[in-house]
Parts: sequence; structure tokens; C-alpha cells
Amino acid sequence: MRFRANLVIGGALFATVVIAGLLAPWLAHTDPVLDADLMYAEEPPGSAYWFGTDAQGRDIYSRVLYGARISLTVGIVSQLINTVIGVCLGLSAGYWGGWWDDVVNGLTNLMLAIPSLVFALAIMAILSPGLTSLLIALGLTNWSFTCRLARAATLSLKSQGYVQAAKVLGYGDLRIMATQLLPNMLGPIIVIGTLGMGSAILAEAALSFLGLGIRPPFPSWGSMLSDARDQITTAPWISIFPGLAIFATVLGLNLLGDGLRDILDPQARSRRA
Amino acid sequence: MLSFLVRRVLQTIPIVLAVAFLIFVLFSVIPGTFASSLSDDGRSIMDPAVVERMTKELGLNDPVAVRFGRYVLQLAQLDLGTSFRTRQPVTQVLAERTGPTLQLCFAAMAFAIIIGVPLGFIAALKPGGMVDTISMVTAVSGLSVPKFWLGLILMYLFALKLGWLPSFGYGGDPRYLVLPAVALGVAPLALLARTTRAAVLEIMNADFVRTARSKGMSEGRVVRWHLARNALVIVLTTVGLQFGSVIGQAVVVEKLFSWPGLGSLLVDSVTLRDIPVVQGAILLIVLFFLFTNTIVDVLCALIDPRIKYS
Amino acid sequence: MSSAPLLEVENLRIDLAVGGNRFAAVENVSFSIGRGETYGLVGESGCGKSITALGLIGLLRPPLSFGGGTIRFDGREIQNLPPAAMRAMRGKRIAMIFQEPMTALNPVSPVGRQIAEMFVLHEGVSWREAERRAVEALASVRVPAPERRVKDYPHQLSGGMRQRVMIAIALACNPDLLLADEPTTALDVTVQAEILDLIRDLSAAKGTAVLMISHDLGLIANMCRRVGVMYAGRIVEERVAEEVFRAPSHPYTSGLVASLPLLGARSRQGRHRLKEISGVVPPVTAFPEGCRFNPRCQRATDICRVNDPAITPLRNGGVRCHHHE
Repeated sequence: MRFRANLVIGGALFATVVIAGLLAPWLAHTDPVLDADLMYAEEPPGSAYWFGTDAQGRDIYSRVLYGARISLTVGIVSQLINTVIGVCLGLSAGYWGGWWDDVVNGLTNLMLAIPSLVFALAIMAILSPGLTSLLIALGLTNWSFTCRLARAATLSLKSQGYVQAAKVLGYGDLRIMATQLLPNMLGPIIVIGTLGMGSAILAEAALSFLGLGIRPPFPSWGSMLSDARDQITTAPWISIFPGLAIFATVLGLNLLGDGLRDILDPQARSRRA
Repeated sequence: MLSFLVRRVLQTIPIVLAVAFLIFVLFSVIPGTFASSLSDDGRSIMDPAVVERMTKELGLNDPVAVRFGRYVLQLAQLDLGTSFRTRQPVTQVLAERTGPTLQLCFAAMAFAIIIGVPLGFIAALKPGGMVDTISMVTAVSGLSVPKFWLGLILMYLFALKLGWLPSFGYGGDPRYLVLPAVALGVAPLALLARTTRAAVLEIMNADFVRTARSKGMSEGRVVRWHLARNALVIVLTTVGLQFGSVIGQAVVVEKLFSWPGLGSLLVDSVTLRDIPVVQGAILLIVLFFLFTNTIVDVLCALIDPRIKYS
Repeated sequence: MSSAPLLEVENLRIDLAVGGNRFAAVENVSFSIGRGETYGLVGESGCGKSITALGLIGLLRPPLSFGGGTIRFDGREIQNLPPAAMRAMRGKRIAMIFQEPMTALNPVSPVGRQIAEMFVLHEGVSWREAERRAVEALASVRVPAPERRVKDYPHQLSGGMRQRVMIAIALACNPDLLLADEPTTALDVTVQAEILDLIRDLSAAKGTAVLMISHDLGLIANMCRRVGVMYAGRIVEERVAEEVFRAPSHPYTSGLVASLPLLGARSRQGRHRLKEISGVVPPVTAFPEGCRFNPRCQRATDICRVNDPAITPLRNGGVRCHHHE
């Protein structure tokens, strides 16, 4: 029963990260930004500093905990934006067709032609680095798959009997889209959303690592790794824990997404990729 | 076949134009980006008169349509402008950096294909078995690991601790290529393994494979004469998509390993606000991606004749 | 015609693994086919006729597996043959055609090559020679302009054409036995007749025995000399074709015959509805106790609910019923 294992392990991993983030103020030992004691810079992991300290003398353990908040916020919010954009565009394109469909298709093809990290980079280049800019940038990069999915689902559901019936009953277009079509495509959308959260977290980490996302001194896991590179010979532990946190979170989301896919989208099971 | 090729190429042209327009809008139209970058490179504050003159020279005050027209004209003449930072023509800057990026991307994809596809295939032959479970768990991990973190760990292990490979830099020596290619290639490897496995599993149970077996064909022949081509189309399509992802993700890996390619150029230019280079680099990256996609589509059409007619 | 039967099946059992358990999807199936004879296996969907054919040619894959019994082909027991030996028989001595010609052919290979494969595999000829013979094979299944058709891909052909290609493939090496699993079910009615004629003519010309599987009683009666009626994994009646129609013995067979829409029957017999057999075919995992047909049977009595009937031999066949006619 491998797919059940996916759900359980993935869910557990993700839940752990969420709890760590939520309870960070109580679980952390120090303030992640302000408490910096240069006397104890680059301390290896020990009883005082569970994960060691970084070059500024900050406790890595506390920073990792608070970093969870940033990563989760980015993951959830940006994916939410992506999903909303994708569903709105895809549903409407499939439903109304015509020139609007052509426009949406063109936009989707355009988005698919640009590698997502490059696009996010470009947007971050215009906006100044920070959380809000990051949410906007990531929220605009990943909607293409959801859009395609919503459009395809709409096209196939549109001709179903109950949709025709709703039309005859005088339901408005928006009402039909919201009540008849949308609920029937939720399954695959949830799956893509879960997996997309993982991508968003990886993307945020990458951008922060490059210095274009969350800037230091805020404890983004990505920017922590960027600092770590210079210290790799002297203090390798700085590199390990933030990356491990990213890995665990994204792994949890990927497993969860796979598990959900097996339940919600059984057709895709055999074509799992 | 030829008409298919022509059709595909023609389909890409509007996309290229649209991307060019998008880049133009993002960087040249949105107020402040161009002009402020001229004067705001962080090193010195330029004389406002000089800024004024440059603005007039570059025609930054003309209406948008005119500026876009000029931009497209320049593109057609392969003129991408001049770098703010180095005053070199952008085309020259890009040309220097293209080679290393291509090397890295091809090496990463080669690594991913050579290991990922056979792995997925073997996993599919005994679904639920040891090889299958282990490879799929490894695959999902490979998809979840941040590339730059993996790069850091590889760097630490193989370069610093074991001293087998150089930790960063670029040189004629292929050993420099190993760590970056592996770091970049792990994710496509994982995805290819999963996709190949799914494709093989689906085809193994397909009707025409049953027919092939009923002809008295050995499993080996079934794989070679029937399964391979059908699975190849799916795998090839994934390879094409992954190439695009690799080109994009190369940005991070290049920066980590100080690899002098388009990716690190892009990041540096963004940081230094060297807009013409940013525009040019993005355009070039997209062009590469579209080009590889077209090649993949043509290859797929060669293998599966049904595609030509769609 | 030699009198020893070509195929003798005794107490064939095929298992289906569901969850952690094994259920007998096909059980106690025995029949025989003579050389050059066309034998029919008829029954509703899910009764196990296709599985039986797959078992005969050794193409059972998990969750199906061989569960016991004897299959004797040309005097030789083949149910436990090592895979390589069984493989040598497939295509060469026993061949099979399937229901869905579209999905049964390799979509990325020209049909000529798929026929030629047979010659290269079994007769060791060169590809060139094989492709030449493929053209002849296409001509023998009455495909017009075979030298051009040979280069076509399956999606370029109509359903009837594809089925002809399947037949050409199956009969390419002159097998002794052809298993035809619902070969016309997916085709248009007009094309069905042509394909059946083709099968009949070719098998007569080459002396090929045919196991014709269908749910269409009329088709079976037309094509076959003897008929086996299957229900829930068992053969419940085996008769000569005319007698199945004229005087069905098992209540299930009677029901099948009665449900055939005959022109004028309703006006003659004063009926307004088509006669059906009430109930549904039981799933493999939940066969009824006693006689498997008893929940749907009008003649069922207490003994039927408890005792699974054995085969009562009749003239020209047998029946499995406590209350047979």
C-alpha cells in the first residue's frame, strides 16, 4: 500500500514543519534577528546551540524555526495566488471560448516558454526585494498548469447533462462556473496546488540564496545558505540545517501531493510522473 | 514531415515576439527601471545633464510604440544594446557566456538521461519490488532537494573533504564540470526516472503488447520492437520540458559554483541593474528553450507518425 | 480429418487474485476441439470466456494465474510448459485475435511490418522477404491495394481493415488453432459479416481449428458446429449448434435464446417487452452457493441452492443442471 505511506509520511513531515513554524516563538531559544553574540560566532552544534551558530553569532536552531514561517507563508500564499489566477483564466477560457480562449492560450504558451525561475528573477529585478515582492513574483509564475487543467476540465464537463440543465434553469454563467464546474475539478487542482507549494518554497529558497528574495538578516532558509557558502570550510554545519529543513518540507509536500493524487485523481495514477 | 517542421517553427515566432514584448514592457516601460538604472548603478551619482543627454540619445522619452518598434528593429539586426556596466555590446557579453552554460546544461541532461531512464525502466519491470521502491523513494527525494544545498554538500564532501574534484571555477578540465552538472541534473534525473517508469508500466499492459506476446515474441523482442518506440515519445517529451527547467535552474547552480555562464551573468546583471544585459540574457535563454522544444517535437514526430497529423 | 482431437481441455481452473485472496474465475471447464473444427464459446460479459482463451495460449498475467487442470494440444500437455517452449508455440501453432483492433496493433509501426514480424520470428526469413510475404498476406485477407496498404499505420485504417490485418498476422504461419476473442464486437454490423466470412473461408482453406468467443448467440450458431455455453466461470451446456437453438437444455441457455429479438416474435406471441433474464452475473468474488445460476433461475428448487450440479451427458454434449430438459 505504497500510496498510503505517501500520505502518512508526507503529512507528518509537513505537519511537523507547520507546527514548528507556528510555535516558533515558544520553541526558539533566541530572537532570530536581534540576538547575535559575536563572541560565540561559528560555534559547532552543542548543548547550548543545538544547531550551532553562524558567522554573526546567531543561533541557527532558532533561525531555522522562524524560517519555517517565512517559507510556509511564501509557499501557501503564492500558490494560492497561482491557483486563483489559473482557475479563473482556465475556467473562463474553457467556458466562453472564442477570442478569450485564444488570449488565455496565448498567455499560457508565453508563460510556458519562459523558465519559471528566470521569470521570477525578472520580476524581482523590477520590484525591490522583500516578502511582498516575492509573493507577487512567485504568485505570477506558476499558474500555467492549473490553467490548462481547469480549461481541459471545463471543456469536458461543459457538455455534461447537469450543466445544460443548470443553463436551462436560468443559472447565470458565474453561478454555473462556481457551483457546477469548479467542484468537479477540485481534486486535480488540490494535487497541483500541493505540489506547487513545494516548488514555490524551493523557488523562494533559490531567490533568497541569490540575494534577490528575502534579504538578510531575516531568517529565510535560502539566505541562510547563501551566508553559509563562505563559511563552508570553517563551519559546515551552517550549511546543513537550513537545507535539511527545506528538504524535509518539500519532501513532505511532494509525498503528500503524490498521495492525494492517488486518491483524488485515480486516472493519473497509472500515468504518475 | 517538412510541413510539420515549418508549422512548428512558425508557431514559435509569435511566442518569441511576445516574450520580447514582455521583456520590453517589464524593463523599459515600467517607470524608473531604465532611467534609474542609468544613474543608479550604486557606484556614483551621475551628472543630471549626462543622464539627460543619454536619455535623449537612447530615445527614452519617445512614445512606447515607437520605442518598441525600435527595439524590434534592433533585435532583427541582432543588436541588443550596450551593457551599462562594461560598455560592451550585449551580444558580445552574451556570446562569451553562452558556451559554459550550454556545456553545463547538456552535461546535466546527459547525466539525467543516462541514469534516470534506465533506472525508471528497470523499476517498471518489477513494480513494487526492491529496485522499484528504492528508486522511487530516491526520485522523490531528488525532486525535493534544493539544488544549491545539494551543491554545497557535494562541494563539501568531494572537494573539501575528499579533494577529488575542484570546488568551483571553470577551466578546460572536465573535472570542473562534474559537481555542477550533478547538482543541476539530479532533479531532471528524478523526474525522468518517474516518467519512464510510468510510461513503461502503462505500455507493458497495453493491448498491442499483448498481441506482440501472442505472436510468440520473447520479452526482449517485445521491448525492442514494440515497447521502446512507444515509451520513447513520452520520455522524449519529458526531456524537452526538463531542458527548459534545467536552463532556468542553472542560474542558481552557476552562481554557487562560480560558473561563468548566462545564469550567473543574469543574476549579476540583475543585482547591478544592468538592464540591457538582463533583457538580452532572458531573451537568449527563452530562445534556447524554444529551440530545444522544437527539436524534441520534431524527433517525436519522427518516431510517432500520429503526431504529424495533429 | 484425423479423429484425435486437436485440443483437449480438462477441468481447467484459472484463478483471480483480489485483495490477498484467490478466487476461481474459471473452474471445471472441459471441452475439446477437433482438427479444423470451429467451436464456439458463448456467454455474457464476465463469464470467463476470454480468460479461458488467454489460459490456453499461456498469456495469463497477474492478477490472473493458471490454477489447475490439463490442456492437451496435439497430444501433448502444455499447461506446465516452460515459458520458452510455450512461446515457441504461440503464433506458430496457436494464434489469437482480439476484440479491439485499434489498440491491439502497435501504433508506431506500419502494418506491413507487423505482419512481416511473424515470418521473421517463426520462419527465419530476411526482412525483405518477410515484407514481400506480408503483401501476399494482406491480399489473402481481401485488403484492396495491399502493396500500398502495407506502409500504412494502424490509425490510417478503418476498424474492419485493422481486424483484417490482425487476422493476417494470426494466420501468417498457418497455426493449427486460432483463438478468436470477440473479433467483430467492436465493428460495424455490415463489416462484421465480412470479417466472419473471411475467418470461415480462411480456416476452411487452411484447415485451421477455430475457438470462436462471443456473447452473440446468433453469430456463434452461424459459425460453429459445436457450442459451449459459459456462465460464471463454468460451462453449463455443450451442444451441437442447431440443438442449442432448437432445444436448449439449461435454463440459462433457454433464457439466452428467448431473449433474442426475432422479427415478428412479439406480434406473434403477443409480447410487448423483450424477454430478459432477470438479475445480473455474479462477481468472481461472490459466486452463489450451490448452482451458480440459481438466484436467476425460474426452475430453481432447494437442491439447486445447495448442490452444485455435475455434468449430465446428453446426446451430442452435456448439461450442468438439476432440472435440465
